[in-house]
Parts: sequence; C-alpha cells; structure tokens
Amino acid sequence: MPSVELRFSAVPSHVRTARLIASTVGRRSGLDESLVDEVRLAVGEACARAVGVQRTHGVTDEVVVTFADDHDRFEVTVADHGQAEAEVALADLVEAAEGLDGTLPAGFGLAVIGSLVDDLDVKSDAEGTVVRMRWPLAATPKS
Amino acid sequence: MDLSLETRTEGDRTIVVVGGEIDVYTAPKLREQLIDLVSSGAYHLVVDMENVDFLDSTGLGVLVGGLKRVRAHEGSLRLVCTQERILKIFRITGLTKVFPIHASVDEAVAATE
Repeated sequence: MPSVELRFSAVPSHVRTARLIASTVGRRSGLDESLVDEVRLAVGEACARAVGVQRTHGVTDEVVVTFADDHDRFEVTVADHGQAEAEVALADLVEAAEGLDGTLPAGFGLAVIGSLVDDLDVKSDAEGTVVRMRWPLAATPKS
Repeated sequence: MDLSLETRTEGDRTIVVVGGEIDVYTAPKLREQLIDLVSSGAYHLVVDMENVDFLDSTGLGVLVGGLKRVRAHEGSLRLVCTQERILKIFRITGLTKVFPIHASVDEAVAATE
C-alpha cells in the first residue's frame, strides 16, 4: 500500500496545499479523472474542518493527512485533535440560510463530506476526530 | 492561485467578479468585500463566479452571509455560474433553493424578483 503523509500546522493557508496534494496523489494512484474534483473538495472540506475545530479550541497540534492506495481503493484520512462539533443535517443548513438568522452551523463541513463521499467513516473521541474517505480505483496505478 | 475581486456597477446593480479559489483561507477577503459594498449602500449584488476554480463550504457561508446582509436592506444577491463543478456544491447543499443562479451577468442584471 504505497502512501503519502502530510502534516501541517492548523492554519487556513495550508488547506490549499492539502487539496493540491490530494489531486496529485489521487491521479498518480489511478483515480478516475471524474473523481478528482470530488476528492479535492472532500479533502479540502475535511482539512478546513480540522483546522476550524482546532483553532476554535486553541489546539496547536498539526493536522495529519494520509493518502494511500491499495490497488482498488484510494483512501484519505484527516486527523485532528480538536473537540468534535455537533452533527448537523444539510436540511438544517438550508433552513438557517432561508431564515437568515445567522451563520452556517459548525458541522456543515462534515455534512457536505457526507453527501459527497459514499465510503465515509468518521470517528470522534476525546483525542480528536479521524475522517476516513475512500474512493474506488478503476485504472492500474501509474508507477 | 489566490482570490481576485473586481467590482463595477450597471444601473442599480453592483457586479462582483470573483476569480480563483474561495476557501477557508480566502473567504474572509470576499466577506470583507461584501460587507464593504453593503455598508456603502450597494444592496443589489451580482456575484460573477465564472472564473472561480474552487468553492468550499466556507465560501458558501460567506455568500449566505452576504445574502442575509442585502436582504436586511430589501436588496438581492444573484450568482452567475455555469461551471458544473461549482454548481455541484450548491446542489448537494440545497442552496440552489436559496440563491438565484444565472447563466450570464446580463441575465442576472436583467432579472427582477
């Protein structure tokens, strides 16, 4: 399982770097071009969320992102050490937006990831949250 | 690529041409621009997103915030976007029901409630 690991300080400017790496490593692993945008958005959302929860709680640990391919699947994990936010549903978001009674709820990023990624696993405990996302690989990985 | 912002007026509409990536890092710049426009009395905004390469939920939040501000003055916020990958995030979040989305600036400027 060839893999790449990225650790970055929890600052917003590095989220773009994580997205670029996600696209590049995904393509290299043989990810279908039609999925690259989805991977880029999902990894961007997961990293932005990780940065957000850590900054909200003043946690200065690095955010850790891993990329791996196991021949038929491309797997990305994003791990933070922040306190997990409450879950929200996208329907609540639209209500919040239409009611115009405030900003978007904190759990919005995860809700977006939930609608984008079919194979998703989110585990939160006292240590933080790990978001694991997987996509099918159709092509033979490029060496 | 960073975020680029240009504004111009057409009648009572203010067009905000956005280019580049709207994400957790750049969205505050767009938020400031929208707040400045509303503070200066521009209540009918058209945000042209044809040159936007990337939009995340932080960017959506800023647009929703902008909509909230113009509506407080009985204004409007219309989007111009034909790019499938940008439209996708509006669709999956259900925000297509919240924002009028147009195929061109001319169409958005001509639109009334």
